[in-house]
Amino acid sequence: MFSIEPNRRDANGAGQEAGSNMSEVVLQQAASPSVVADRTRVLGRLALVDRIFRQATRAAAVIVLVILGGVIVSLVYGSLPSIRAFGFGFFVSQSWNPVTENFGAAPAIYGTIMTSAIAMLIAVPVGLGIAVFLTELCPYVMRRPIGTAIELLAGIPSIIYGIWGLFVLAPFLQSHVQPALIAAFGDIPVFSMLFAGPPYGIGMLTAGFILAIMVLPFVASISRDVFETVPPVLKEAASGIGCTTWEVMRYVVMPYTRVGVIGGVMLGLGRALGETMAVTFVIGNAHKISGSLLAPGTTISATIANEFTEAVGDLYTSALIELGLILFLITFVVLAIARYMLMRIEQKSA
Amino acid sequence: MSLYATRRGANSIATTLCWVAAIFGLAWLFVILIALLYEGVRGLSPAVFTEMTPPPGSAGGLLNAIAGSLIMTIIGVAVGTPLGMLAGTYMAEYGRYTKLTMIVRFINDILLSAPSIVIGLFVYTMLVHPMGHFSAISGAVALALLVVPVVVRTTEDMLLLVPGSMREAASALGAPRAHVVGKVAYRAAKAGLITGVLLAVARVSGETAPLLFTALNNQFWSTDLAAPMASLPVVIFQFALSPYKDWQQLAWTGALLITIAVLALSIAARMLSAGRRKSK
Repeated sequence: MFSIEPNRRDANGAGQEAGSNMSEVVLQQAASPSVVADRTRVLGRLALVDRIFRQATRAAAVIVLVILGGVIVSLVYGSLPSIRAFGFGFFVSQSWNPVTENFGAAPAIYGTIMTSAIAMLIAVPVGLGIAVFLTELCPYVMRRPIGTAIELLAGIPSIIYGIWGLFVLAPFLQSHVQPALIAAFGDIPVFSMLFAGPPYGIGMLTAGFILAIMVLPFVASISRDVFETVPPVLKEAASGIGCTTWEVMRYVVMPYTRVGVIGGVMLGLGRALGETMAVTFVIGNAHKISGSLLAPGTTISATIANEFTEAVGDLYTSALIELGLILFLITFVVLAIARYMLMRIEQKSA
Repeated sequence: MSLYATRRGANSIATTLCWVAAIFGLAWLFVILIALLYEGVRGLSPAVFTEMTPPPGSAGGLLNAIAGSLIMTIIGVAVGTPLGMLAGTYMAEYGRYTKLTMIVRFINDILLSAPSIVIGLFVYTMLVHPMGHFSAISGAVALALLVVPVVVRTTEDMLLLVPGSMREAASALGAPRAHVVGKVAYRAAKAGLITGVLLAVARVSGETAPLLFTALNNQFWSTDLAAPMASLPVVIFQFALSPYKDWQQLAWTGALLITIAVLALSIAARMLSAGRRKSK
């Protein structure tokens, strides 16, 4: 079965020749120096294969670390010219002028954070609602199909959301939702600023909304998995003393799973921050910070996607790479917190 | 009694909202799929699969983009899968409780959801910039880098599901560790490992951002790995944002093709792992 086979065949052959019983064969074999040498050789080879395989797997594991290190080092290296030229001012400057080679990241960082904030504002309550629905309310036969459908939503490539957002969602928002928002909030002090200006269709709000649809499945499916780690005894006990379904969720399940849910939300946030294609289609790519959510803006990833191949000159390219570095560091921190929290809930349930 | 009524009221409000949330979430899946089918099917014709991407204003197909996507995905998966499997094997079989495994697991999970555009930038500075031009091979490398974390994750998870007693039995027969892993653990986890590869293909086949400035795009038929190569997602991106009706139609059709491929792959992966769960 394993590669000791030649050896065993030897033993059989010897047994037939001698025409004797098994124990004698074994004794003979042990006595014969050539067979011993043969076996040592085979075992040596096996040990070598074993060692090579072990080292190969270990090397592959190390390579995963090297990839991450390589990403960070190459981004830092690529953004050195820009860091030298602009220093800390890069984070606060609003200018983005390829002609005079003067670049600032503030509009892109602002856009990234604002669109992600809009996305989380919509996706977290809805995602938690779906998770509660799937664990408590849904008829049992429907749970798997609905759960699967929501997970499939997570698998659809972002470019599909992008093209749909550009051709279907943006015109719809422009003609139906945004005028209504402007009319409804036009006279209320703070909101009139958020919803000022003409309805472009594309802009921060549309981008945030598409991100919400994209992040929703992540929040929903992770929250559902986390809710399912709650020991049934706890829920039954709460129901037993007369709690309603909502009270069981609110006072037993949610406190028990708080860390895991936050982890799931952070994971979704990490996705929203780094999402490129869907946003690029509908953000409008305007390098300015504007108070209105209806105005076009830009995000870090959209700026890179739109301008990188057309960037002329080292400083332009370098500024874009520095944007990438900033994005990577932000998502790294968010994702690290997410994983840490999810790890804690895993340990708790184990 | 009024407290009871309030509690019941709160309960019915909350549960209704949860129902609404679920319907809201599912509605988008249908809205997107219907829009895709409606817009995409209109453009489906044999020409899509037999003709090259057209210049603006004339009819054509997506043949070079489909071929480019296939070539780069295959190379990316062929490079990324063995690496990911070996790393996952180390984590589950050799160094299950070592510090290295813990660190790699953490880093891998971060790479799994790291923005793919950053991977594109990384490959650009490592390959495209030194080579001096965009090339299909750097696109494939970028895709491989996205395959690795997916495969590492599923390989580790699936190998951890293999009962230790099977490994012990093989070891007790005198099988060396490499054989225990290769002939027992891999075999037991086969369906799961294939699932991981399918998921990786699904993930990679729709990726646009890392290809934008590695493989770039190519208007013509090309199988030269050192030259820029077209790919479906990048062509969709370019055509959808163009003002030409023909191009926009092709973009929708391409989007439909990708979605069908990705959904088919994810459903296949799911059925594989579901069959496994049942048989256990």
